[in-house]
Amino acid sequence: MTDDRIVPVTMPKWGLSMQLGKITAWVIGEGDDVKVGDDLADIETEKIAGTLEAADAGTVRRIIARIGEDVPVSGTIALIAPADVTEDELDAAVLQARAVIDAGVPEDAAGDAVLETADVGGRKISFAGAGQEGDVVLLIHGYGGDRNSWLFLQEPMAVRYRVYALDLPGHGTSAKDVGTGPEGPGAGGSGSTLAVLADAVTGVLDALGAERAHLVGHSMGGAVALAVAARDPGRIASLTLIAPSGFGPEINAGYLRGFADAQTRRELKPVIGQLFADESLVTRQLVDDLLAYKRLDGVDEALRALADTLLDGDAQRGDSAALLAAMGAVPVTVVWGRADRIIPAAQAESVTGAVRHVIDGAGHMPHMERPAEVQAAIEATIARST
Amino acid sequence: MARTITYREAVNEALAQEMERDESVILMGEDNAGGAGSPGEDDAWGGVLGVTKGLYHKFPGRVLDTPISESAFIGAAIGAATAGLRPVAELMFVDFMGVCFDQIYNQAAKFRYMFGGKAVTPVVIRTMYGAGLRAAAQHSQCLYPLFTHIPGLKVVLPATPYDAKGLMIQAIRDNDPVIFFEHKALYDLAGPVPEESYALPFGEANVVREGGDVTIVTLGRMVHTSLEAAGQLAADGVQCEVIDLRTTSPLDEDTVLESVEGTGRLVVVDESHPRCSIATDISALVARKAFGALQAPIEMVTAPHTPVPFSSALEDLYIPDAQRVVNATKTVIGWTR
Repeated sequence: MTDDRIVPVTMPKWGLSMQLGKITAWVIGEGDDVKVGDDLADIETEKIAGTLEAADAGTVRRIIARIGEDVPVSGTIALIAPADVTEDELDAAVLQARAVIDAGVPEDAAGDAVLETADVGGRKISFAGAGQEGDVVLLIHGYGGDRNSWLFLQEPMAVRYRVYALDLPGHGTSAKDVGTGPEGPGAGGSGSTLAVLADAVTGVLDALGAERAHLVGHSMGGAVALAVAARDPGRIASLTLIAPSGFGPEINAGYLRGFADAQTRRELKPVIGQLFADESLVTRQLVDDLLAYKRLDGVDEALRALADTLLDGDAQRGDSAALLAAMGAVPVTVVWGRADRIIPAAQAESVTGAVRHVIDGAGHMPHMERPAEVQAAIEATIARST
Repeated sequence: MARTITYREAVNEALAQEMERDESVILMGEDNAGGAGSPGEDDAWGGVLGVTKGLYHKFPGRVLDTPISESAFIGAAIGAATAGLRPVAELMFVDFMGVCFDQIYNQAAKFRYMFGGKAVTPVVIRTMYGAGLRAAAQHSQCLYPLFTHIPGLKVVLPATPYDAKGLMIQAIRDNDPVIFFEHKALYDLAGPVPEESYALPFGEANVVREGGDVTIVTLGRMVHTSLEAAGQLAADGVQCEVIDLRTTSPLDEDTVLESVEGTGRLVVVDESHPRCSIATDISALVARKAFGALQAPIEMVTAPHTPVPFSSALEDLYIPDAQRVVNATKTVIGWTR
């Protein structure tokens, strides 16, 4: 853009492997005034559908990308500009944007981010990073997830931080052995599944040479982040827990077991639907990717050990509140989706000593359904650290 | 799932990983090691198109080079399976199955049934099929309907590298005889494949493209032909749902019927002949069980009822192409009573 009064709305990069996105519906039209956070368009990638929120306020003067057309990541799909920008100036900007869209994905476009691995106690742990400078932020996914669970957050946050996401043991491309369930054979529960997961996080921080880091943990990953922080609070600069496990007895045990038990797409899809406030976000590709993961050798055993670790009968195991109380001065934020059907958002109220955000219109995956709000909450937490 | 390998490499990797995991897995076939009497040192070809290349040396004594005598070594593989091994035998071209068919359909397929479940026959017979290599009438056929017809056999036709690996691993772990069809024209097809082992269950079709206007049921190489056609049709505003059957026995009837109940229109694309084929089988299934949903007659796109021609010009015409799939789909879409 030659004129800095014209603000481009661009195709977001949701996930390290995303190269193209497709507008499935425009929420706004030309001439509409938008404010930051307003829904602009529904976008579909090969992995997931999502809603693009406005990052800038102003008047939408031009809509460029057509519905159903493939647009390369960061291609301009609409223009926001004040009234004093002339039609000719807008037309010139549209022409430029159109050329980028029509050119498609450049041949030398980076494919998947370089995947790194660390050996942690004999287990291969995979992680991927984005961002060149700033504090280290490590994103820790939940039960059955992987590093791609952060697809809407990792790239946008990489502008300010070095943002890493790992695959916990039993997940993604990391080793599938998750230890022995809730009870560990060694002293202090070492070898237990929670200890094995926490070791993996510490191992990645070691591999990165990060003396201090901000942890963001979702669901089971929240309990893992707490376990890491409780061992070594001095190393943790801040903690953002998204729908964390272990803050109350209520949990949707049927979801955890249903996810482990599902053998087919037909069985898995309704289970996955429970994660979201808006089930239409569950694309066939998302279900297929999860099914492909579940079919890897060793995953079945891992998921059952993890479910045993998270559940005591049908109730939630663990005492995250006690771990949190031992944290001292580390800034902590909890984020919950109000429509969470896995761990009820009411548990947010029992979390003391933390900033609390309950987000409307989100289920158990607010970082996928309302990524901008979750990102803001994480960055506000990071800003509170010393 | 970032790593990309070919269909050929995917089959090879599945074999290697299962041989690593389970020492009862052995390989048998022609040209594995360059022929009888060859030490195999310089000359381990890995079969006629090199699919098992490298395994002869990696697993000493477990990759057997057989004479050109299919009735003998396919029979030996079946016998070994009943005695506790998990052999993967390579029947070079499926066209040659005539000389060992008794071993397959009258022996292997019957043991579990005739011995009251006391015998299992965990044998995999790998075989190449399909036209397109200028290999003439005796090396180009699509004979999977013959095997699908026989109870007691499982029949698998992977269309992608991902499916080739996962279905081969399942085939080896399965306790029934499995006929594993590899299309010659797909060996160099590359696609994402996890490095780890995984098994894809039999009897689960793969919806490779979603769409609401017409259902295209297909398999093997024709999955790619159908996807090409679906891409062209989308430009004309016709949204095709493309279903890759992956296995013809067992058959995932539910996925086919559910799709047709949504679209009301069916095109079946099968590289085999038009009579007594997968195309006719799927057409009969839908006509019987989803008749009420159909809004147009079913169309079939198949090879003609002739041997595969050696003439390259005729062979190109013989194999169903995307244009024929587009035409059939337009016929179904445009049909009026």
